[in-house]
Amino acid sequence: MPETINWTRKDLLGLEELSKEEIELILETADSFKEVSERPVKKVPALRGKTVVNLFFESSTRTRTSFELAAKRLSADVVNIAIQTSSVSKGETFKDTAKNIEAMKIDIIIMRHAASGAPHMLARSVKSSVINAGDGSHEHPTQGLLDIFTIKQKKGKIEGLKVVILGDITHSRVARSNIWGLKKLGAEVTVCGPRTLIPTGIESMGVKTVYSIKEALKDADVVNVLRIQNERQKRGLFPSIREYVNRFGIDRDVLAGAKKGLVIMHPGPINRGVELTTEVADGNNSVILEQVTNGIAVRMAVLYLIAQRKG
Amino acid sequence: MSLKQKAKIMDGEAVKKALIRIAHEVLEKNKDIDDLAIIGIRNRGEFLAKRVADQIKKIEGADVPVGILDITLYRDDLTQVGEQPVVKETVIEFDINQKKIILVDDVLYTGRTIRCALSELIDFGRPKNIQLAVLIDRGHRELPIRADYVGKNVPTSLNELIEVKLEEVDGSDEVLICQRQ
Repeated sequence: MPETINWTRKDLLGLEELSKEEIELILETADSFKEVSERPVKKVPALRGKTVVNLFFESSTRTRTSFELAAKRLSADVVNIAIQTSSVSKGETFKDTAKNIEAMKIDIIIMRHAASGAPHMLARSVKSSVINAGDGSHEHPTQGLLDIFTIKQKKGKIEGLKVVILGDITHSRVARSNIWGLKKLGAEVTVCGPRTLIPTGIESMGVKTVYSIKEALKDADVVNVLRIQNERQKRGLFPSIREYVNRFGIDRDVLAGAKKGLVIMHPGPINRGVELTTEVADGNNSVILEQVTNGIAVRMAVLYLIAQRKG
Repeated sequence: MSLKQKAKIMDGEAVKKALIRIAHEVLEKNKDIDDLAIIGIRNRGEFLAKRVADQIKKIEGADVPVGILDITLYRDDLTQVGEQPVVKETVIEFDINQKKIILVDDVLYTGRTIRCALSELIDFGRPKNIQLAVLIDRGHRELPIRADYVGKNVPTSLNELIEVKLEEVDGSDEVLICQRQ
């Protein structure tokens, strides 16, 4: 790795537009940031004097807290703004909200929104940097990066690994960011889930589709298990939670039929007894809490690179 | 900017002798080495620190803990430098509280790197004292900082550059003085 690098992007909106080299730079920088969270004083002055806003139009605890800790451990000042859709409908347009935030001289806006593409629109209309913390069912780039970082930490590489993404692919921004990133780094990606939750044409992203969990896991190195949202069931996309558990839940028996050393990931929050049994979620194959720890290092790396960008 | 090599000011043998002398001076000043620790500043200070520790082991037969400090996140010129320095890990696997710390770097120039290193070290705890060892002191300080142990004092002009090459990184040991053109 060279002694100096050049990160030139103002924003991080998705993994689709990043090059392999940019993704690798983030991962290597994140690796260096891991030890900062182990220090007696968990703080370095790299972003002193910078202001970061968490602008969340959709509720989130984990991602918002992770970004907040990452920014604080870099000495940035952090403001959290949670805007429920109802209060925005007081009349202020999205763009006006953004312009007002910019008028407060904010360096970086971290944004979550239910509409795909909302951070892109914000990024075009403000000079501040924008980091996408999840937009609709489009992308959640820092989750994708922390998943890839965790896989690399566990398996030592990404290239040639067989990674299965399991569950509701259609509505998952986590799935999309993972697919883009993993494919760029040379992994083989398979998606698995009920037919109603896998979008037609997903193969054009370079992934395989399998509808049987046993078949998907028999030679997989990693499975990334997505959260099942109850409202999807209410909309009739699968018959019942019980049937989902029977066909796609991971329990001791499913694990016994999988390749040895299978790494199990989950972006959280887990529905215990649905996507995973408690035994599997807390077992040796699970790296769910390591994902949470790594999330802070990855977000520190992203904030650092964006704040110190050249050009 | 291109560089023209003006002179070789130290060869491998001279570097080796300077480090042996520094190790002896460290032991002379620090009679009790139980609470001694050596911390090198990335990149080349890391290897110099290991070599000084190896010398101390040869002389005293005792291991001194060695750490590595990456000062990138403490720099005061992050927004000014032309290129982004790559962030690397700081590795200090021992408690620095109440330790006598020998901080090691290759070249002492403006003193700003040492200022960063001091700020960072103090975030790790409260050492008994911090002493500074450098292979080359080239002058032109911008901060009130001085070295306790110096391999070689080299008076330089501002348009000259000191290039320290070490076996671990560059294949062989030598110190060159170059002219910016």
